[in-house]
Amino acid sequence: MMGFIWFWLVAVMIVGYVVLDGFDLGVGVLHLFLVRNEAERQTALRSIGPVWDGNEVWLLAGGGTLYFAFPLLYASAFSGFYLPLMIVLWLLVLRGVSLELRNHLDLGVWRALLDGVFGLASALLAIFFGAALANVLRGVPLQADGYFFLPLWTNWQPGANPGILDWYTVIGGLVALVALTLHGALWLTIKVSGELEQRARRLVTPLWMALIALTLVSLVATIAVRPASLDNYFRYPVTFLVPAGVVAALAALWFWNRNAQPVKAFLASCFYLFFMLAGACWGVYPTLLPATTGAQNDITLSRAISGPHTLSVGLAWWTFGMALAVAYVVFVYSRFKGKVDLDAHGH
Amino acid sequence: MTAELIHRLHFAFTVTFHYLFPQLTMGLALLIVVLKTVALKTGSEQWDRAARFWGRIFGINFVFGVVTGIPMEFEFGTNWARFSRLSGGVIGQPLAMEGVFSFFLESAFLGLFLYGEKFLSRRMHWFSSVMVWLGSWISGFFIIVTDAWMQHPVAYAHLPNGQYEVLSFWQLLLNPWGLLQYAHNMTGAVVTGSFVMAATGAFYLLEGRFRQCNCEYGHIFLKVGVIAGLISTILIIFPTGDLHGKYVARNQPAAIAAMEGLFKTESGAGIVLVGQPNEETGQIDNPIVVNNVLSFLIYGTTKAEVKGLDQFPRDQWPTTLPLLYYAYHIMAGLGTYFVVLMLAAAFLLWRNRLYDTRWILWLLLISFPLPYIANTAGWMTAEIGRQPWLIYGLLRTSEGFSDTVSAGNGLFTLLGFMGLYALLGLLFTVLVYREISHGPAPEALAAQAVAAE
Ligand code: HDD
Ligand code: HEM
Ligand code: HEM
Repeated sequence: MMGFIWFWLVAVMIVGYVVLDGFDLGVGVLHLFLVRNEAERQTALRSIGPVWDGNEVWLLAGGGTLYFAFPLLYASAFSGFYLPLMIVLWLLVLRGVSLELRNHLDLGVWRALLDGVFGLASALLAIFFGAALANVLRGVPLQADGYFFLPLWTNWQPGANPGILDWYTVIGGLVALVALTLHGALWLTIKVSGELEQRARRLVTPLWMALIALTLVSLVATIAVRPASLDNYFRYPVTFLVPAGVVAALAALWFWNRNAQPVKAFLASCFYLFFMLAGACWGVYPTLLPATTGAQNDITLSRAISGPHTLSVGLAWWTFGMALAVAYVVFVYSRFKGKVDLDAHGH
Repeated sequence: MTAELIHRLHFAFTVTFHYLFPQLTMGLALLIVVLKTVALKTGSEQWDRAARFWGRIFGINFVFGVVTGIPMEFEFGTNWARFSRLSGGVIGQPLAMEGVFSFFLESAFLGLFLYGEKFLSRRMHWFSSVMVWLGSWISGFFIIVTDAWMQHPVAYAHLPNGQYEVLSFWQLLLNPWGLLQYAHNMTGAVVTGSFVMAATGAFYLLEGRFRQCNCEYGHIFLKVGVIAGLISTILIIFPTGDLHGKYVARNQPAAIAAMEGLFKTESGAGIVLVGQPNEETGQIDNPIVVNNVLSFLIYGTTKAEVKGLDQFPRDQWPTTLPLLYYAYHIMAGLGTYFVVLMLAAAFLLWRNRLYDTRWILWLLLISFPLPYIANTAGWMTAEIGRQPWLIYGLLRTSEGFSDTVSAGNGLFTLLGFMGLYALLGLLFTVLVYREISHGPAPEALAAQAVAAE
């Protein structure tokens, strides 16, 4: 029971991270080609300025929760995905610093460099996060002691000795890139006005079509790479509602965007991300990290879960703390609601 | 180079670099609250502007703290997998609490503090500065609790599969080691904050900045910096450093012997002020020793016996012993200098002569890097003193690193971090220097001040 609870608590925090940091990653990608002048760029960046740091906290808090609830999984996955994680860290560093620098320095031509770094780091992060999820779905070459080490790539095939990148995980990366860019575009339709808003809205439809295609491809590929992904669904057919939710969210997204209801369209995109992740989690549950070396090496929930005292101590403060955290998030977003007005909020 | 060494260097390098930023964050957060409180009480626009100026520097510093902090959270898993697997049930809790209880708070209110002054009421803006301060001090608390458990494990049980788990939430948080360490470490952060503020004030006065506009920011910064500096430099030695030292002596006797360079057990042990430890001969070369003082400092009597390194098997001596010894002496030596400097400055402030006594302004200006050195040396003392244990008495460092990550892969990312951080250090210096030379005055006045020079 504790295992079940903590599995979903960690999953919720990851969803929280993707939904929140997702839109600022998306804005990072978009600002590269959507804006036409410096004022528009500042508006786009200001729409994420006060919140991106708080959004990244979800990654930290989620990672910390994973750490104490499933120490074996944390130890195994983090050391096994050593190289891509370090690259993700470098990208996070570059991204945070380049955003901050461009706000403080008026450096002429260097500003373009910083914007390029910011956009590129955002895009690569989206791709890496998608690829990471695909790695978990595909499985990794776990040894009996619970450890593994993955090189960045081998022969680009998801076989018994895969790399981080193969054709399957690259698809995962593309899904994430398109989904988060779309998410960011919808955020911009809420936060900015004028021509920039129009351009963001016009971009939604092509991105939406690409996302539908990629979602389908990734679904087929996942079933091909790991047929067992469907087992839970057939065992509890009611859970087919999750993929149905994906479809519904996509439809709602399009509908509300067309009817100029940006907040609702953005929420639909949140639900799309939520259902996609929930569907993926349910596809592997109760395995946390499948092994390509045979099911006996799988890291399962019961194998990775922490001791009972740790979990009950944890549950007490976690519930309280996350309630507080959600309150801050709601408070901050309500303070910054409405369109960005460059003059009103001086830095 | 062995994988073990690489992983240790990896962690040590990244955490040492990270801590350069939070110490200023935590120290400044408190001083900004002081500025904002005076501004609120007196309605003075000048103090508000001073607070806004430090808010900008705080913002830059904070971002660098955040981006260098995120890797730390990951490195437990990437570089210390075996340690994490065994102790995650304990260590992971305070780390997760740090995120849940403080980072959310801090980032939320920092956004309001930096971007919200125009639409928040004065009181609400003051309140957000208080919340930022609280958030940063809470995050310091949880990270210290984490470290304290590794130094002095409490409230744990050992499960059959080898893992540790927490037995009591409160005992974990109220670990006596952690409380002592917290008091000392936070005082150290205030030392950094006040030295930086005082140095900025001294810089403005030496340059004769802001004279024309009748807004003596230099005075404000010096006053706040010197008063806070005097209080914190005294507190850091007594009681916090003193008590912390006594606790280390009782619980990590080998560490204290090595820190003090005490090779042989003595009653009435003396304190080594200067000298180089020689591990081969088991002696201090070129020593200057004051008799009986060490016994007195630890046990309160000059006669007490203090255990020397001869009481411990060689494999329990801290590794890299000379570095430990120097780190400790650098910290304590600088601590003594800080008190002398701040006493002199405070005396002059009291006599109304501080603002035009050039030699003390110069000393205050060039001393601003020293608290960074003292804080870093203090952490090196703590962390190297814990060796050869990763969790004191329970798990050795050699049993904790990720043995699936080879030395080659570890070195690759260590070099990557070194390059990246060298760049960050450069950018940080440029940004902060620009902010400081721009100063707190509004644009027009600042331009005028520069033009008038
Ligand atoms: C401005 C910074 C600063 C200054 C001037 C001092 N310290 Fe310190 N000290 C720290 C900053 C610091 C620190 C960075 O905060 C440490 C590292 C770990 C910790 O919790 O605090 C620390 C650790 C630390 C330890 C623990 C070592 C261990 O855990 O093994 C002792 C015994 C002392 N200090 C004692 C002193 C004494 C007696 C000082 C004065 C003469 C002194 N410190 C000045
Ligand atoms: C509070 C949180 C901290 C934790 C949990 C922590 C934990 C660790 C760990 C796991 C290691 C690697 C194993 C080892 O070699 O001992 C280490 C080493 C080290 N840490 Fe910390 N550390 C913390 C804070 C700091 C800070 C703030 C500094 C310095 C500013 C620091 C300096 C070092 C150094 C210098 C080493 C290398 C010691 C050696 O290899 O001999 N640590 N620490
Ligand atoms: C292993 C050691 C450490 C880890 C894992 C760690 C982790 C982190 C992380 C992830 C952040 C970014 C938070 C955000 O996104 O808002 C951060 C910032 C911070 N850390 Fe650390 N940290 C370590 C050492 C320390 C130490 C020793 C202290 C102080 C005692 C400290 C105090 C802070 C503070 C006050 C901040 C927020 C302000 C700033 O970013 O400058 N950290 N840390």
